[in-house]
Amino acid sequence: MYFGLGDDGVVLRDLLRDLLKEKCPPALIRQVASGSVPAAAADLWRTLAEVGVFATLLDEAHGGLGLTETAMVAVLEETGYAGVPLPTTETVAVVVPLLSGSARSDLLDSVLSGRVILSCWLDSVTGHGRGEPLVPYGAVATGALVATAGGVGLVDFASTGPERTVDGVRSLIRVDPSSATPLDIDPAGIRRAVLRATVGVSAELVGLARRMLDIAVDYVKTREQFGAPVGSFQAVKHHLANALIAVEFARPAVLKAGYSLATGDPDTERDVSMAKAMASEAALTVVKLTLQCQGAIAYTTEYDHQLFAKRAWALAAAWGGATAHRQRLAGLLGLVARSDSRPVQAESALS
Amino acid sequence: ARWAVVAWPERYGGRDASLWEWLIFEEEYYRAGAPPRITQNGIFLLAPTVFAFGTDEQRDHILPRMAAAQDLWCQGWSEPGAGSDLASLRSRAVRDAAEGGWRLTGHKTWTTRGAFCTHLFGLFRSDPGSERHRGLTYFLVPLDAPGVTVRGFQRLDGDDGFAEVFLDEVFVPDSAVLGGVGKGWQVAMATTGSERGLTLRSPGRFLTVAERLIALARQRSESVPPAVLDWIVGRWMQAQAYHLFTLQQVTRIAAGGEIGAESSLNKIFWSELDIGLHEAALEVLGPLGELDDQWSRGFMFSLAGPIYAGTNEIQRNIVAERLLGLPRK
Repeated sequence: MYFGLGDDGVVLRDLLRDLLKEKCPPALIRQVASGSVPAAAADLWRTLAEVGVFATLLDEAHGGLGLTETAMVAVLEETGYAGVPLPTTETVAVVVPLLSGSARSDLLDSVLSGRVILSCWLDSVTGHGRGEPLVPYGAVATGALVATAGGVGLVDFASTGPERTVDGVRSLIRVDPSSATPLDIDPAGIRRAVLRATVGVSAELVGLARRMLDIAVDYVKTREQFGAPVGSFQAVKHHLANALIAVEFARPAVLKAGYSLATGDPDTERDVSMAKAMASEAALTVVKLTLQCQGAIAYTTEYDHQLFAKRAWALAAAWGGATAHRQRLAGLLGLVARSDSRPVQAESALS
Repeated sequence: ARWAVVAWPERYGGRDASLWEWLIFEEEYYRAGAPPRITQNGIFLLAPTVFAFGTDEQRDHILPRMAAAQDLWCQGWSEPGAGSDLASLRSRAVRDAAEGGWRLTGHKTWTTRGAFCTHLFGLFRSDPGSERHRGLTYFLVPLDAPGVTVRGFQRLDGDDGFAEVFLDEVFVPDSAVLGGVGKGWQVAMATTGSERGLTLRSPGRFLTVAERLIALARQRSESVPPAVLDWIVGRWMQAQAYHLFTLQQVTRIAAGGEIGAESSLNKIFWSELDIGLHEAALEVLGPLGELDDQWSRGFMFSLAGPIYAGTNEIQRNIVAERLLGLPRK
């Protein structure tokens, strides 16, 4: 089995990495977190649109990049690393694929071009969050695809303001799914979108974790105490080594989930839950270890570390947290009665 | 049947298997419940060194006999005063020019399967004035040579092959030197990567343990507390993660890349994974865990994992220094 990205995936990833370094500085994240949507945010979104990121999973006949979920994983790890304060996972994994399966090609075009930003809220495979329709990125998006009793529908965000959140970028908007305009989308497509989004945020979490680790490593190399860089002390070395281990062993699990989705592997559901469980745990572990190694400075909001830590906390819990996914895995592995882990929506074959 | 060393060239008793094929072989070997291989120290630790540094004569002589288990090799590195700090070793080799060889004197310990082995590969200080990692030579020593005394002692898990080896002016010819006089450290270190990571512990071993753990938990599902199920799932996931991580590495190696210090990540991960899998099994077994059997022995042996092949503390230092670039001092 070739377990890697493939040339197309590598090219896209490297291109994105350079672009995001330039167009998504921490200052931009701070601005969006404070509730403003500067021109730079729109510029970043348009750039992503031009590169074709939103069309990663769309087939080439419809103007997409025709790539698979493994490329999606690579893309979203980069947007995670950069802390992109915009609904990239939602767009790539959910909005574009679902709209392309609907009659709303007009809206699809607007989303693909970056003119319209939509977010989403669907039931996680673990069932968490059901009944609490809180849609993220409410400050930058104008509406969302949301789970309804009949499947999926479209809501426009009203003028009601977002909930206060730990990470200002997340700006959650409470919506009423019963007021959504129904979209005619088949259940298999919805199911696939949920799985893709779960893997997508897992990839973001790996990227966020790696970003926090890089920040910490840079810091401890230069910060001196007792006449030496604190990075030379064994305790610090071991904390950061543990952080690296967490990231490096979560990453292939996320890639495998993407690969399973892409190849229709019978173990896809299992691999998706494993990816989310490992990515959530890794990110939470890395937040603590990197925070600890940098000391009080990392406890300030002036310092950039918290931008990524707060996002990691939110995403670790989104789409089902680590424990919920492990519990689901216990069912899938035959360790508990199946009824405890029955999927939220009707099971149907992934096409 | 040439199954002992599938990745070796046919000429030396192997099957010229690729790294991928070797991984598959290992998975099937463990899945079949095949016994631990008594030749493994030779195969995984000495053989790569012989391939890299041996003369043609050494390769032609040593490797086939190793593959056929005619010679059983143990590793003579640690000494009572030299564990993690291997460079402080004091066993010495004194040149005996008249006889065309060397006289080895010293005390090696923690020698896995030493009590059952026929040969030892070890590091000895051949330059009397040298210190630390300089002036060492890598020797290949027959354990039936005059002056050798092997004393086995029992390990926590009941294995009694563990041994100390006393050498009292043991003669070995010049042909017993591997890789050049005074070059012992470089020769030994060139293959420590393989000891720690990939080749010492293939994922197959842990995938099989994880499968057995799942089977055990299913068997006893009525009595397993839900909290323990969470442990089991977590450790099962780690076994899968180790497998996937290794596949990524092999993908890179097959494309011409190298792992280098990354093998320290492998070592830390598999050694702690092994403990976790066995701890979970003992939780499932409850009071039955005190019976002397595969699970309890496996648990006790797993505790050695963070110690041998370079302690996990040393490994974490290596990860921090060589992979993250943190300053040594």
